Amino acid sequence: MDDITESVNGQLISTDSGFDTQEFFVNMGPQHPSTHGVCRLLLTMDGEVVKACQPHIGYLHRAIEKISENRTYAQIIPLTDRFEYLMSMACNWVFCLGVEKIAQVEIPERAEHIRVIMVELNRIASHLVWLATFALDLGAITPFLYCLREREYIMDLFESTCGQRLLYNYIRVGGVSRDLPVGFEKKCREFLDYFTPLIDDYEDLLTNNPIFLSRTKNIGILPRELAINYGVSGPVLRGSGLKWDLRKDDTYGFYDKFDFDIPTGTVGDTWDRYIVRIREMREAVKIVRQALDGLPEGEFRAKIRPSFKPAVGECYTRIESARGEMGAYIISDGTAKPTRVKLRGSSYNHIMVLPEIVDGLKIADLVAIFASFDAIMPEVDR
Amino acid sequence: MDWITIVIIAVKVVVVFAVLLTGCAWMTWLERKLVARIQTRLGPMNAGFQGLLQPIADMIKLLLKEDISPKHVDKMIYALAPLAAFIPATLSIAVVPFGSSVELFGRHIDLVISNLNIGILYVLAVTSLGVYAIAMAGWSSNSKYSLLGGIRSAAQMISYEIGLGLSIVVVVLLSGTVNLVEMVNQQSSILQWNVFANPVAFLIYFICAVAETNRNPFDLPEAESELVAGYFTEYSSMKFGMFFVGEYANMITVGAIATTLFFGGWQGPFLPPVLWFVIKVAAFMVFYIWTRGTLPRFRYDQLMNFGWKVLLPVAVLNVLVTALIKLW
Repeated sequence: MDDITESVNGQLISTDSGFDTQEFFVNMGPQHPSTHGVCRLLLTMDGEVVKACQPHIGYLHRAIEKISENRTYAQIIPLTDRFEYLMSMACNWVFCLGVEKIAQVEIPERAEHIRVIMVELNRIASHLVWLATFALDLGAITPFLYCLREREYIMDLFESTCGQRLLYNYIRVGGVSRDLPVGFEKKCREFLDYFTPLIDDYEDLLTNNPIFLSRTKNIGILPRELAINYGVSGPVLRGSGLKWDLRKDDTYGFYDKFDFDIPTGTVGDTWDRYIVRIREMREAVKIVRQALDGLPEGEFRAKIRPSFKPAVGECYTRIESARGEMGAYIISDGTAKPTRVKLRGSSYNHIMVLPEIVDGLKIADLVAIFASFDAIMPEVDR
Repeated sequence: MDWITIVIIAVKVVVVFAVLLTGCAWMTWLERKLVARIQTRLGPMNAGFQGLLQPIADMIKLLLKEDISPKHVDKMIYALAPLAAFIPATLSIAVVPFGSSVELFGRHIDLVISNLNIGILYVLAVTSLGVYAIAMAGWSSNSKYSLLGGIRSAAQMISYEIGLGLSIVVVVLLSGTVNLVEMVNQQSSILQWNVFANPVAFLIYFICAVAETNRNPFDLPEAESELVAGYFTEYSSMKFGMFFVGEYANMITVGAIATTLFFGGWQGPFLPPVLWFVIKVAAFMVFYIWTRGTLPRFRYDQLMNFGWKVLLPVAVLNVLVTALIKLW
């Protein structure tokens, strides 16, 4: 690795024409418009063609796991917000789910519904950010603005609920931090009615656009076996044709009570990953509607003291975030602070599988594929 | 040639040059406003009414920026490249007629800087110089992103220039002259516009023109998601500004030539000729901006394939068919 970074130019390639060409290295990142954060890709290039790609991570390490060992369980939840900032609700949930499992807390039915509503709204918001940046990386600037416009409505809903727009600290051990505000249900339904036809708008702009098709169809095919071997999950894995969604396959919360489909792709190319996420937004709308319909009255939180002590034990919980399997491994020694917390994000696996499939592609394809993986760096480095 | 003729020519040059540069400036305003409209934003609003003074603010900002020449650049070529981009972009407007002749103080003044009898050849020659600027900038910056941008751009411009040239050949065949003024005179009514005589040629011309000016969906040389900013990554201050103005001047020139070749130039009913000319060119600019707001970007090799395998054969065929019809 080091000898690659130190040498300036790559090996000489002799061609038939008599000219000697030379491979060269490009440092894509850590500051680059399309690495979506501080990911550094070390590319070996032969002209426009990517010969090899080596991801370098670690620019955003904040030691969340270590800090967690010196905090009470309630104090860790805001830290998990920073774990994956585009879907903080899910981070809160996966951690609370683990603590609840160890402490064997009974969750009120209303809280379970609120959690599903929040996480699915957050999933839509996260997919919107993804679609925005993905289109931007392909050179289409308009979807960016459209998607962020719709995300704003979701942010407003969250703000009215928990006062925060990005890092919510909303889902707590035993329930949620506060009840839904007056009029939330109505506003949320308004949003869903407004949002559903807009997904068609995005599709009008992209799905069947010949330029978009030529940039995504059969580009960056991730075979199913390779995806499984690398532990890839979420929309990327489903894009490769495997129907694997933790909401169904290892269900948690109240997801088994709702009716929704798991969209899958066929080939595993960039277009499949795109269409899977678009369809997932539609499914998320369906789930939120059902959760709103069945929203019961009652407590929004089980009675727990802030500095409660769970039993001795350990557990791994996992949920389906917008990017894939998000997990938390918690070891409790019976005190108010955990002995060890390990968080698992799916972006790491997505970045690591990248070198396997970019060989011989153009640099523009690399950008498209990287964007279609929807990897975000705080989740990788924690 | 008496001195009054020289003064008249000088005035025409200054006026056209000033209008072109002002056009470039307010073209950026128009672009920002229209793209904002497409994207449900407002665009610039603070400088003047509806942000109309924004181009001036931008210009002042660019002029006052520190002019940084990175240590690793080839100083001479690095400094020359912006000029090489800017000058050819403005040169070709010289042969484009923007109105019929006027009588002033008993003198007969043509509303064209130079009524050149080989006008269209001059245009082709001058516009093809633009690629040198990009190659120079890409190479002298001594940066990999710039180099990739420069190579892309050079390849793209050279391949699309062929299609552009062939589409112009069709117009030359149709009108039987290479003088732009005569071409306009021949298209006196809307039915005689060359765009109706041969729409394929216009389509090819338009696609090539978008590619020539490095605009979306052919804006690969500046693909920020891949190459940061392409060949002018290392440029700052007014050197960057020159590339910027050059690009917009190129767009206006290409639009002006399209108007002249295919849409009857300044000819039109009721309104004064100059106004018609401006309206037609502005319509082109709006179309440019519209595509930018709508389409994603091609990939480099797809672009080359499209240029060589689709556009070129169609253009050659078009020339052959037109020539045969003419002959027959």
